[in-house]
Amino acid sequence: MSVTYIDAIHQAQLELLRERDDVFLYGQDIGAFGGAFKATKGLQEEFPERVLDSPISEDAMVGMAIGAAISGMRPIVEMQFADFSSIAFNQIVNHAGTHFYRTGVPVPLTVRLPCGGTPGSGPFHSQMVETLYGHYPGLLVMTPATVSDAYHFLKESVSLDDPVIFCEHKFLYRWLKTAAIDPEGLPLGVARITRPGKHATVVTYSAMVHEAVRAADRLSEEGWEIEVVDLRSIKPLDLDTVIASVARTGRLLALGEAFPWGGVTAEVVSRVVAEGFHLLDAPPMRLNAKDTPIPYHPDLWASHRPTPESITQSLRQLLNL
Amino acid sequence: MILSRTLESKLSSLYKAGKIVGGVYLGTGQEAFSASLGCSLKQDRDIFAPLIRDQAGRTAFGEPLIEATQTYLGSALGPMKGRDGNIHRGRPAERRLAMISHLGASVSVVAGMLVARRIKGELDGVVGATSVGDGATSTGAFHEGMNLAAVERLPMVVLVADNQFAYSTPRSRQFACKSLVDRAKGYGVAGTEVDATDLLACLETVLAAVEAARRGEGPQIVVGKLLRLCGHGEHDDGSYVPDKVRSSDLGRDCLERGIEQVVSLGLAGAQEIEQWREEAASEVQAAVAQAQTEPRPDPYRDNWRAYSWEGMEP
Repeated sequence: MSVTYIDAIHQAQLELLRERDDVFLYGQDIGAFGGAFKATKGLQEEFPERVLDSPISEDAMVGMAIGAAISGMRPIVEMQFADFSSIAFNQIVNHAGTHFYRTGVPVPLTVRLPCGGTPGSGPFHSQMVETLYGHYPGLLVMTPATVSDAYHFLKESVSLDDPVIFCEHKFLYRWLKTAAIDPEGLPLGVARITRPGKHATVVTYSAMVHEAVRAADRLSEEGWEIEVVDLRSIKPLDLDTVIASVARTGRLLALGEAFPWGGVTAEVVSRVVAEGFHLLDAPPMRLNAKDTPIPYHPDLWASHRPTPESITQSLRQLLNL
Repeated sequence: MILSRTLESKLSSLYKAGKIVGGVYLGTGQEAFSASLGCSLKQDRDIFAPLIRDQAGRTAFGEPLIEATQTYLGSALGPMKGRDGNIHRGRPAERRLAMISHLGASVSVVAGMLVARRIKGELDGVVGATSVGDGATSTGAFHEGMNLAAVERLPMVVLVADNQFAYSTPRSRQFACKSLVDRAKGYGVAGTEVDATDLLACLETVLAAVEAARRGEGPQIVVGKLLRLCGHGEHDDGSYVPDKVRSSDLGRDCLERGIEQVVSLGLAGAQEIEQWREEAASEVQAAVAQAQTEPRPDPYRDNWRAYSWEGMEP
């Protein structure tokens, strides 16, 4: 038996519904249909009052969840695709994100965002949006790269009193498997050394963790040991683990699947430069997707986002090879 | 209504004297409509998400006067502690929401508060209400929220103050339907229209809508036809309002008319009304004086925390 990334998300929601009366799920096609990605399959059957289909109204879906959250519930909103959360942007950043600071009343809301690219999905079903939400105060932004993190983070999201933007990567849904979910999760706010190394550090998150490991595998055949740091959440961002890694390797590649202007990779580089400039033996590098909308054709798409090839190339440059 | 008008007139003076930083937004001419909602809701259970011209409704729903003066004057002891100002105030735990500036955003939030109660089995006898203006009905948020409330058939009342101008934009540039009450049919909810310069008509219509919602008849839209008798804010003289509109029936003052109605029904005499005005003046004076003596927020003491989770470093 094995557990996939989407299984973990399904399992976490099932357990949350069983363990807590205050949890409910809200989203498009999540009821009898089980959701576009089957993350809620069968859940409405067991919890007809707490698994609710919504109209195609992303703004009102999040507004509704905010109202429920300040009334003692723990809603989980499923956006059908992260891209569509642009419609809910106002409610997320201006309403949910400001509420605790303004009123002292927290908004324990989780918004699940199926994000990232899959072949053939095109410009509006492929985007990475973590940077947008990370920018605004008041929101926690989780970007799990492993099956166990997806499970534990989703359960933790619901127990936290603050709004959580849960970025789950669609490419990992069925491809990523593990024998069993780790019984203990790492705490929120702690990055993971996915692969230890000593010659260079790749700091990344979400699906790019796996691409970075592939690139590191290739370079290991030539004797280079690349350390891969999985941020796990981009807000909070565990700079201590990043700086400690850079202190060991002296070289940094910040890697992300999002568009290149600003964003998580820029944040990582700027923080490392500001706080650990003396640790660097080479200028830090960034590798992101291209600065165009995400193309439809699989051949174009595969070159739009970083790949093991382009990551390997960047690392060679970083290592002055 | 008298209390609200007295308070707002004082706030306007304070603004013009430079004592209030930011904006001052009044509900002059909208008091009858707004107060009718505040009076029709039950303070111990109902939900109210006011908008910018709802001082009268806030007061009628039980918001203490001091919360208005504390928020306008930036007291650290007020409900917003200086972190937000003017009409952006509330106590969500007491079912009085603190509006954001984005119009229409409160509709779905009130709906969610009602859905939460339904899931918990606590919806019986509860009504959620919010106010918007004619301009807010043009937003996607209003449409999405109304439609959601209709789908869930929630006990909700949405007051639309059709006050002829959204800031300076006349209704002819805002929507093309004859009356905003026509929208109710499209959402599949009840809709009524009222002359909102007429206090008795407002009380009757708004109370009927609140009670219909309470009985389980689903969302209710009430459109109040009136004219805003002030600028958008006190920085705005409202010079874009044509004289013809000002002197029309829409431009009648609901407070003056309301007093005439109360007197002609024999509910109060001129002397009593004069006494109400004096009481209002001294209550307002006390609330302003208290807020003025309270400490301002201290940037060195604010914890600068947007997160309730302690793991998030400020």
